Amino acid sequence: MKYLLVEDNHELANAICSRIKLDGHVIDHTDKLEDAIAFSDTGEYDLILLDIMLPDGDGRSFLKHHRDLKKDTPIIVLTARSQVSDRISILDLGADDYVTKPFDHAELDARCRAVLRRKSGATQPIIKFGDVTFSPLAGQLSINGKIVNLRNRELRLFELLLNARGQIFSKQKLVDRLFAFDEDVSDNAIEVYVGRLRKHLESTSLKISTHRGLGYRLDND
Amino acid sequence: MTSELKVSGSLQNRLMFTLISGAAVLGIILFFIVRGYAAQIAQNGQDDILEASLSSILDAVVIQDGSVEVDFPYASLSMLDTELDDRVFYSIYNDGILISGYEDLPLPEKINTEISIFNTIKYKDTNARIASAKRILIGEKERITISVSIAQTQDALSRTLNRISKNVALFGSGFFILVTLLSYWATATTISPLMRLASSVTKRGPQDLSPFEKKVPSEMYPLVTSLNKLMTRLDLSLKQSEDFIAEAAHRVRTPLATVRSYADATLQRVTKKENRDALRSMVRAIDEASRAASQLLDHAMITFRSDNLQKEPINLNDLVQNLIDNLAPIAEMKDIELKFKQEDKIELFGDFILIQNAIRNLIDNALKYSPYEGIITVSIGTSPISFLEIHDQGPGFPPKDLDNLTMRFTRGQNSNGIVGSGLGLTIAKDVANAHGAKLQLSNHEKGGACVTLLF
Repeated sequence: MKYLLVEDNHELANAICSRIKLDGHVIDHTDKLEDAIAFSDTGEYDLILLDIMLPDGDGRSFLKHHRDLKKDTPIIVLTARSQVSDRISILDLGADDYVTKPFDHAELDARCRAVLRRKSGATQPIIKFGDVTFSPLAGQLSINGKIVNLRNRELRLFELLLNARGQIFSKQKLVDRLFAFDEDVSDNAIEVYVGRLRKHLESTSLKISTHRGLGYRLDND
Repeated sequence: MTSELKVSGSLQNRLMFTLISGAAVLGIILFFIVRGYAAQIAQNGQDDILEASLSSILDAVVIQDGSVEVDFPYASLSMLDTELDDRVFYSIYNDGILISGYEDLPLPEKINTEISIFNTIKYKDTNARIASAKRILIGEKERITISVSIAQTQDALSRTLNRISKNVALFGSGFFILVTLLSYWATATTISPLMRLASSVTKRGPQDLSPFEKKVPSEMYPLVTSLNKLMTRLDLSLKQSEDFIAEAAHRVRTPLATVRSYADATLQRVTKKENRDALRSMVRAIDEASRAASQLLDHAMITFRSDNLQKEPINLNDLVQNLIDNLAPIAEMKDIELKFKQEDKIELFGDFILIQNAIRNLIDNALKYSPYEGIITVSIGTSPISFLEIHDQGPGFPPKDLDNLTMRFTRGQNSNGIVGSGLGLTIAKDVANAHGAKLQLSNHEKGGACVTLLF
């Protein structure tokens, strides 16, 4: 997935970039409205994260420009203004969603997924492993042509393991990635989800192996 | 501001009292003037006749062969006839010796020649008007002074005067009543712009700080101008503080967001338990701060708007559906199912922003307290009355806190570890109150909190 981040606070931008890269996505960053327009006019992005208050103008004018060009790249606005009227005007201008600063990265991630799922049409990338078909945008897993209903967390766990096949993830790392920040969970909570996912994948060539003291790994036999 | 204002008299009563007492004094003065003038005229009439009579008697006095003869003309008495048969007395003196008439009729001490003098005297137990004059007759040898007095009682005159007085008094009272009515009307009209201003000030919501634009009488102009200036200043300072809060929130949030993102990124690399715990508490504190900032701002906005609702027709079903769509990603993070049961359609007339904010707060709460993979049910129905109910599967409200959870900054005993500002339910309740709706908190029989808005 290719992201564009328009944010003038460099520290925040760095933090967002590193987190999104961690999830295996590509991200371009700019701190100016002018550059943002140039980037979005030339590059093909799957999602744009837009700050509203920028040094050289109002992010809302970017929204307008974007919609006037009839581009359908989804935009999520990052705003520090929490007032209801501001939020409504942002959505009216054509933003697909917004998060209020400071935000939990898990929330941003969840909103990005929701927006991408809504926007994605027929042209969906599909990952195939024997009987297993996975479409990351729709977040849909099919085994033998049958859609498997995964819980959000099972899905995210699967995605995480799938994107880095052969790599061992510690329980702690998985907790960090799957749970929101303010949720107080023990590392063992992850076992439940691993257990459920194993059950779903029983009949397939994909196996989740446990490495004592280290963590879990997805293997394709 | 809270000190009791003392009331001293009423402008209207004061004005009316002045007008009416003025009218009373004026009426009495008028009565005496008119009466005096009428008496004067009547008296002049009597005097004219008396004088004519007097001169006709004097004309009839002649000197014949050295002696005085008076051929008393009948007309001189008949002209004094009145409808009430006033009595007439006369006396004729020749050099101080009574020739004819009433001896006891007093003769003025000093009488001028040819000029009649008039007096009102008490004679035979009644008021009488007396006219006297003298004439000097010169005979061949002698010089004779003839003094004549003629008096007439005043029965007819006083009757006329009484009649006039009665009429004047009647007229005066009529005038007084009329003036009383007029002064009531006049005070009412004079005072009405003041009353209008007063009532329009009273009718205003406490948040309506727009200046008065209606026309005011010139006397009230300085008062209303100062009032308007005060309003403008107040409005400005309110707007400034509102802008200030918004700006402050922005200034606080952006660095908080940076810190939070860093903490987030750092947590991915840190493995030691105490470091991780420290990072988590840090993030929680940041969340508390930012949530408090937005809730405070929302609460201020709601307090501001609830006195001045911007009402419009609202389709509650659509509003809730939009909110649920918006909150779905958050629910998904905890694998919570957000169910929407629409038994009926509800149309409301209210402030969209406030109602949306209130319901959002309620669903937010449910999301926060709901367990993983729980179900939150939002129901809308109209039986027995229009209601919106949000039911979660969380720990529910602590029963002993149920009554005061809607108070500002009050949080339930079981809220430990959950980020919140203690303003969410306050906001929902304030919005409900502003719309004449009711917020009910209860615990569902099958467990979980149940929040109901009754419209």
